[in-house]
Amino acid sequence: MVTLTVNGKSYQVDVEPDTPLLYVLRDNLGLHGPKFGCGLAQCGACTVLIESKAVRSCSFAVSKVGPGKVVTLEGLGTPQKPSPVQQAFIDEQAAQCGYCINGMVMQTTAFLASRQGSPSEREIRQALQNNLCRCGTHQRIIAAVKRAAALMGKGA
Amino acid sequence: MATLETTRRDFLLGTGTLVVSFSLAPSLAFTAGAQTAGTTKRVALDQVDSFLALHKDGTVTMYTGKVDLGTGTRISLRQMVAEELDVALDKIKLVEGDTALTPDQGPTWGSLSIQIGGVQLRQAAATARQALVQMAAQKLGMPSADLTVNDGVIFVRAEPQRRVSYIELIGDREFNLTVDKDAPLKNPKEHTIVGQPIPRPDIPGKVTGTHTYMQDFRVPGMLHARVIRPRAIGATLVAVDEASIKGIKGARVVRQQDFLAVVAESEWAAVKAAKTLRATWTKWEGLPEPAKLWEHVRATKVAKDDVAVERGDPKAAIASAARKLKATYDFAIHTHGSMGPACAVADVKRGKAEIWSPSQAPHWLRKEVAVVLQIDPMDVHIQYLDGAGCYGRNGHEDATCDAALLSKLTSTPVRVQWMREDEHGWDPKGPPTLIEISAGLDTQGNIVGWDAELWVPKADITEWPRTLAATHAGIPQKEALNPGNVHRNLDPSYPFAHQKAVAHRLDSTPFRPSWIRTPGRMQNTYANEVFIDECAAAAGADPVEYRLRYLTDPRGIVVLRAAVSMAKWDARPSPRRDQSGTIARGRGVAYVKYENARTYVAGVAEVEVNRQTGAVRCTRFYVAHDCGQIINPDGVRAQIEGQIIQTVSRTLKEELKWNRSRVTSVDWASYPILRFPEVPEVHMELINRPTEPPWGVGEPAACLPPPAISNAVFDAIGVRLRSVPFTPIKVQAGLKA
Ligand code: FES
Ligand code: FES
Repeated sequence: MVTLTVNGKSYQVDVEPDTPLLYVLRDNLGLHGPKFGCGLAQCGACTVLIESKAVRSCSFAVSKVGPGKVVTLEGLGTPQKPSPVQQAFIDEQAAQCGYCINGMVMQTTAFLASRQGSPSEREIRQALQNNLCRCGTHQRIIAAVKRAAALMGKGA
Repeated sequence: MATLETTRRDFLLGTGTLVVSFSLAPSLAFTAGAQTAGTTKRVALDQVDSFLALHKDGTVTMYTGKVDLGTGTRISLRQMVAEELDVALDKIKLVEGDTALTPDQGPTWGSLSIQIGGVQLRQAAATARQALVQMAAQKLGMPSADLTVNDGVIFVRAEPQRRVSYIELIGDREFNLTVDKDAPLKNPKEHTIVGQPIPRPDIPGKVTGTHTYMQDFRVPGMLHARVIRPRAIGATLVAVDEASIKGIKGARVVRQQDFLAVVAESEWAAVKAAKTLRATWTKWEGLPEPAKLWEHVRATKVAKDDVAVERGDPKAAIASAARKLKATYDFAIHTHGSMGPACAVADVKRGKAEIWSPSQAPHWLRKEVAVVLQIDPMDVHIQYLDGAGCYGRNGHEDATCDAALLSKLTSTPVRVQWMREDEHGWDPKGPPTLIEISAGLDTQGNIVGWDAELWVPKADITEWPRTLAATHAGIPQKEALNPGNVHRNLDPSYPFAHQKAVAHRLDSTPFRPSWIRTPGRMQNTYANEVFIDECAAAAGADPVEYRLRYLTDPRGIVVLRAAVSMAKWDARPSPRRDQSGTIARGRGVAYVKYENARTYVAGVAEVEVNRQTGAVRCTRFYVAHDCGQIINPDGVRAQIEGQIIQTVSRTLKEELKWNRSRVTSVDWASYPILRFPEVPEVHMELINRPTEPPWGVGEPAACLPPPAISNAVFDAIGVRLRSVPFTPIKVQAGLKA
């Protein structure tokens, strides 16, 4: 049995301790925001927040989570009440297939939370450099990050 | 499967696992049939009821065999129907890619969803509207000409209180009407929905984690499977050590001949078992040596020659020309590289198959699954669910056949999820492409003859590639090759007096081929548009002015001029010779009329070349685009941005790696793609022609980056790049030469 706190709720799950957090979230808790993209920590599709830090859940054993608070895409907001970052992605229509978007939203959320002023385009590109998108949605994603920073009142 | 967020049939069980009620799926066809007077849902392409059902509650269901692969047709197809039917957009529900409920409008490929799929839907809507107005005329005792429609209500123009609604006229009954190809369409001047940048309905769910992707879909009692592919492409299975996974709870081996898989109740157990299982395969080294790929291509037996264009006598014209030019271009083997590896769920019992798949071609896949299961295609029911973007035929269809076979072999519903190495290693590939062009120039530098040859695999365009499941399980199947219509655009978009273009269709190609976004049209345009640049340079002419000497199509001229004016093109011959220092900048142009039959595109690339490292960076890309009538301009923009960025990636970085046995570029480290810091700014101008037919958008602009970037690099440093990808090593070699 492993105990986990995800999106503010506490769970006990009966899984092998070496199970990557991603499989527990998706298969045991039914949280499908985080996606399986590579299982190799290369693409970012599986990103979640643990204690506000972006973590690649495909390569993070569930037993290592401990008391850390996990937040998934579902924990940020809903279609009716999206988080500022999610709202910005909707406003910019920043998704094609959308498979990478979990990673983009989670990485952006961690990035914007970790800094004060609004980021430059260069900083945004650096912050997302290890998140891959095959559809070529990058330009809209960059615009969405800028918009999110503005929505969150990050001054220049 | 119905994909409007409001028509979802899934629900959360107490366990928190997303499950689709299992009994719903098979009964769906029956339910829909029940709505239509006890018959099964019509799907014939010539029937209005195949495309549209108008309900008693005022909503409309539209049925389409085209699926939204992340391209936004879920909104744009709705716009076409809402406009022509005169019904509010939010009243239209959508059922897409369900083989029992939707007409077979062909695979979702070739930039044809709007151009063919949407036009069929639109004509069905126009027919329906015409019939409804006639019914209303009778009911109201007024001539049709005096009636007008607004949001599903028909009223007398002069006396708006005299009215009758679609609900009263047809609510939940069939039209029983053949699509009238002459049913009048609305005057585009009256359009209020078509032409608007209406947001996509699926994006809120996709950014909040509530949208159900194929990968998220579960059915009760299903097993998780992983397929273990041979160690070498042509290897056969000698032995399996089943005891090697006995420590993994609930995991077991399933095998038919060389088709080897593990299944388990927990997904992680299946993953671990697949990694742990010991199997012995025969040795096989049938692939060509990577360094000798192009010799291999040239030495491959030619099945036949297709002549794309033949006019005048180019050989004689070139022979007697003042100047002769010749160049060879090659284009590497590419993988689709979908962000989510393929996935499917199948439940096969009593000779019938229920399948959930992200395939671009559910109607086609139905036949493929039938081959694998050796049953009638009519006993296969496929429902589409979104996967990751596929950009052509990737691993989705193979994974679907894997799931079908495993469900049959285990008599249990099975979910197959490919791993990253499966998708990169085993999806069918864009074939290696080789092109050679000769031209003759007169003393003014004008082209007097053009002679092109292309080496690509032959294509049986009505057949699908052989599936891995059938191949490995020893199930008989057709041995067809189909890389797509890779000969198109071999004839350049300029009508030279003496020109010839021949495609040598090869009998075989090293890797199982399929189509990847803009198949052949990208490679052919790359060669044509670099070669005409080479001619312009030889003539000492500005590349744009030189193209305009030959371009006669007025819409093409408008597009080319729009692109260069947006990019503030500075007219002069290439290369520029005024730069010193490590970083050299350049600009290059490219133009094509897609398939020489539809969408016009022109582009300008701006690049920076690092003379020391050889690295090329595309900093900006300008596109001018005329696809005729625009249905949703934001959708068009998203597609153009995506194509440019994806193709810049393919042009600068991508190439399949292999050894004599197998693909070795099986992850994102060995098959790198463009990252955020390297992504160009994409600027565009859309030319809307509301009175013209709506043409395709998803592929044409992808023709532009390879030639425009090659031409821009030449402009910057005077080095011609004739081999995609344009890696630093090739640039450095060019600089040394
Ligand atoms: S799935 Fe975790 S980084 Fe790709
Ligand atoms: S939107 Fe499809 S991979 Fe990014």
